[in-house]
Amino acid sequence: MAKFRGAIVVDNEKCKGCGLCVVACPTKVIDLNPDVNGKGYHYAYMKNPEACIGCASCGLVCPDSVISVYKMNVE
Amino acid sequence: MIDIQDIIKPENLVYEKSSLLTDNVMHYCPGCTHGVVHKLVAEVIEELGIQEQTIGVSPVGCSVFAYNYIDIDWAEAAHGRAPAVATGISRLHPEKYVFTYQGDGDLASIGCGEIMHACNRGENIVVIFINNAIYGMTGGQMAPTTLLGQVTATTPYGRDAKLNGFPMKITELIAQLDGTCYVTRQSADTPGAVRKTKNALKKAFQNTRLQKGTSFVEVVSTCNSGWKVTPVEANNWMRENMFKKYPLGDIKDI
Repeated sequence: MAKFRGAIVVDNEKCKGCGLCVVACPTKVIDLNPDVNGKGYHYAYMKNPEACIGCASCGLVCPDSVISVYKMNVE
Repeated sequence: MIDIQDIIKPENLVYEKSSLLTDNVMHYCPGCTHGVVHKLVAEVIEELGIQEQTIGVSPVGCSVFAYNYIDIDWAEAAHGRAPAVATGISRLHPEKYVFTYQGDGDLASIGCGEIMHACNRGENIVVIFINNAIYGMTGGQMAPTTLLGQVTATTPYGRDAKLNGFPMKITELIAQLDGTCYVTRQSADTPGAVRKTKNALKKAFQNTRLQKGTSFVEVVSTCNSGWKVTPVEANNWMRENMFKKYPLGDIKDI
């Protein structure tokens, strides 16, 4: 069991669906949503939220700074 | 079982958008490295607490609208002349943190003379150089930094050394000049590389505080629209091809 649980909040309307966060995520939490936002981009979302450890890798590589990362100690 | 809403609370926040970045949506293409570097510049200025003392000089190129995105004072220079404008600002206001933000078309091509002489004079400025080996804004033409064999709008059969010359390693040239105190080449493709680039930028701004001379930070970048690939493929292409010609690391640090 992971010591940390994390979660991300994506600004859906500003996300451009570039997919850099998807490959940056070490625990394969993020994927691009089949739905699109107002600009027609497949925005990022947590497909597998239980695996998120709050490492903020996605936030670091996001070119549009649309990801906020939360992290909580669960021990 | 922990609910997601229990994690998403203000006290658990570990990473968010810098307060120096405005709410404007960046005009850059999806996956553009400019966005990452803008964010890092904003974070570094915020962490050093120098928002009121920083003046940026934006170039001509995709990043011409940088002044719309980072909430500091800006000047907009003619194509390639950002180091000359920054020279004037930093000499008038020696206590300010002055930086230029330039692409490879702006810095290595039309502004090659200005950057060489500004660095040779050792002006107390920071130069941020985005090298994506192409002219992004005008539609993907060959730049001085375009790799041999790379296909662009103006080299449809690949860059040929006989016809177009060789790719220019401008950062190595700059490192030869005595006016520079810190010359480094970084990238922004992985979380680790982003952290290293941020540290390099922080060091560059601290050099300004110490009046050490010109700090030059190159960021090897992608232009997925110009290269005609997806953002993820662009990062892979950059790692496979650009890093061979443009190896990462500090070139000069005194």
